[in-house]
Amino acid sequence: MNKQQTNLPSKQDIPEDWFKPIGKNREKAEDVVRPSLSYWQDAWRRLLKNKLAMGGLVFLVLLALMAIFGPLLTPHSPTAQNLPNQNQAPSMNHYFGTDNLGRDVFTRTWYGARISLFVGLAAALIDFFIGIIYGGVAGYKGGRTDSVMMRIVEILYGLPYLLVVILLLVVMGPSLTTIIVALTVTGWIGMARIVRGQVMQIKNYEFVAASQSFGAKTSRIIKKNLLPNTMGPIIVQMTLTVPTAIFAEAFLSFLGLGIQAPHASWGVMANDALSTIISGHWWRLFFPALFISLTMFAFNVLGDGLQDALDPKLRK
Amino acid sequence: MAKYIVKRFFIMIITVLLIATLTFFLMHSIPGSPFNQERGTSEAVQANLEAFYGLDQPLYVQYAMYIKSIITFDFGPSIKNPNQTVNDLLSRGFPISFELGIITILTALVSGVTLGIIAALRHNGFIDYLAMTFAVLGISIPNFVLATLVIQQFAVNWGILPAATWSSPAHMVLPTLALATGPMAIIARLTRSSMLEVLTQDYIKMAKAKGLTPFRIIIKHALKNAMMPVVTILGTLIAGILTGTFVIEKIFAIPGMGKYFVDSINNRDYPVIMGTTVFYSSILVFMLFLVDIAYSLLDPRIKLNAKGGE
Repeated sequence: MNKQQTNLPSKQDIPEDWFKPIGKNREKAEDVVRPSLSYWQDAWRRLLKNKLAMGGLVFLVLLALMAIFGPLLTPHSPTAQNLPNQNQAPSMNHYFGTDNLGRDVFTRTWYGARISLFVGLAAALIDFFIGIIYGGVAGYKGGRTDSVMMRIVEILYGLPYLLVVILLLVVMGPSLTTIIVALTVTGWIGMARIVRGQVMQIKNYEFVAASQSFGAKTSRIIKKNLLPNTMGPIIVQMTLTVPTAIFAEAFLSFLGLGIQAPHASWGVMANDALSTIISGHWWRLFFPALFISLTMFAFNVLGDGLQDALDPKLRK
Repeated sequence: MAKYIVKRFFIMIITVLLIATLTFFLMHSIPGSPFNQERGTSEAVQANLEAFYGLDQPLYVQYAMYIKSIITFDFGPSIKNPNQTVNDLLSRGFPISFELGIITILTALVSGVTLGIIAALRHNGFIDYLAMTFAVLGISIPNFVLATLVIQQFAVNWGILPAATWSSPAHMVLPTLALATGPMAIIARLTRSSMLEVLTQDYIKMAKAKGLTPFRIIIKHALKNAMMPVVTILGTLIAGILTGTFVIEKIFAIPGMGKYFVDSINNRDYPVIMGTTVFYSSILVFMLFLVDIAYSLLDPRIKLNAKGGE
């Protein structure tokens, strides 16, 4: 306190011209001097500060790059069998070793990444579209439409989703398409509920009433007024859908109901490698298990980070 | 209240019927009959077999028979093992799966809530970060990966716990550990965040001002309110644990219901598939029903009305 005071210039040191009146300027009085941040810029700025979430994001970008280019880094095919070469430990030739059919685990891991990321993103996107349409209409219309639509959701919500997925897989035969269809049959419900809740809250705000009084159509109000303001929770929900879908794919492949041989998916690789617990070929289980866990971890921390960043109430 | 329970009860019945119908029509749209694999059977034998299981009847008759079998809870004999009825399989497998499920839920609840409370009390401290890192890891590692990891470490490398089957308490440790970690992590995170919120409220300050011991404040005052979010997701967690038992029972060779379910799917054993599916979903839907009722009883702020919604 004292120190500060002594550092201040004394009265005589201050030049006279510092005290010139600047006068009134009515035009400039309303100007915003500092650059204004849009909602998205602000969210991005706060996400950048979250080290764990950024770590997750960086990992996912790297994983996506490896899923695209990783198989090009080795001369080995992900499906070609090479029996004399079976169960090789990791080496300079086979970075992650080989499996019991002599296939290169490194190449197969990146093919597995393609499948996992594809399943996760496809499921999240389909959930997104069905969820916002269903939830948006239910929330906006309200009344009888809403209660009928929500009764349907309530009944569907009670369906044990993995059980439904397993039944569909049995009927439609295991394939990538089936898995995605099966995952989205009940997957959109969570999204629909979130969108409905948000829309019900926002539709009572004045700017929506203003839009209505200008004669905007329902579809326009939903598209232009309601959805942009519900984007935060929707994005968070999507980020958290992806690891659920990735887990489900791995789980189903592990049970033998998912992607079929010779295609590689992390769940298939882990299932094939179960016997290695006794034989000691640890790399065959380790790498797919590591990447399933890391990917789910990355999506989970990114989702947590986005939840904080996109919530304007948590702004510091 | 009574009105609400009745409404929820009807939704429960409709859900179970929907699942049962869905299962029925899905199963019958699969090409091929369960007898196709048995070579060397003559046409006459084939026809006799189908007649015995009612597969030669028109679809609506089969459907009626099926609904009747659900109501009377008699799913008939299995197709793969004709000397066993579906009820036999269920009564043999269910107690084991039930035991696994209950132990898992209790473990997850007790350890998850404890971890959450400790993390909340040491907010932003070292223990908090440790507990929450552990929790995110627990959510991220799939149960089948964890199962193989614990078998590798505890059973193969150290040889201190048995790796498979279900007979003594020692056999239960590893499957429970593998199955409970995920739900425990979710419960710990939820407990922590709701505990942090509750601890800032005035009535907690009031309790402190009265000079109550911290232990008493946490257990008697804070925990009661902090548990509400945990109760809401309990239904979803139970569903996850239930399906988790399929893969855990497979890995640990536990002769529970999940094993029969997976086997019956691979064998196209219609009566077993339908029986287990309906049984599983009834349990699950009933659990969700109980959780909903419990939630409405626990939180006096929720005014129940038959209309639902906002």
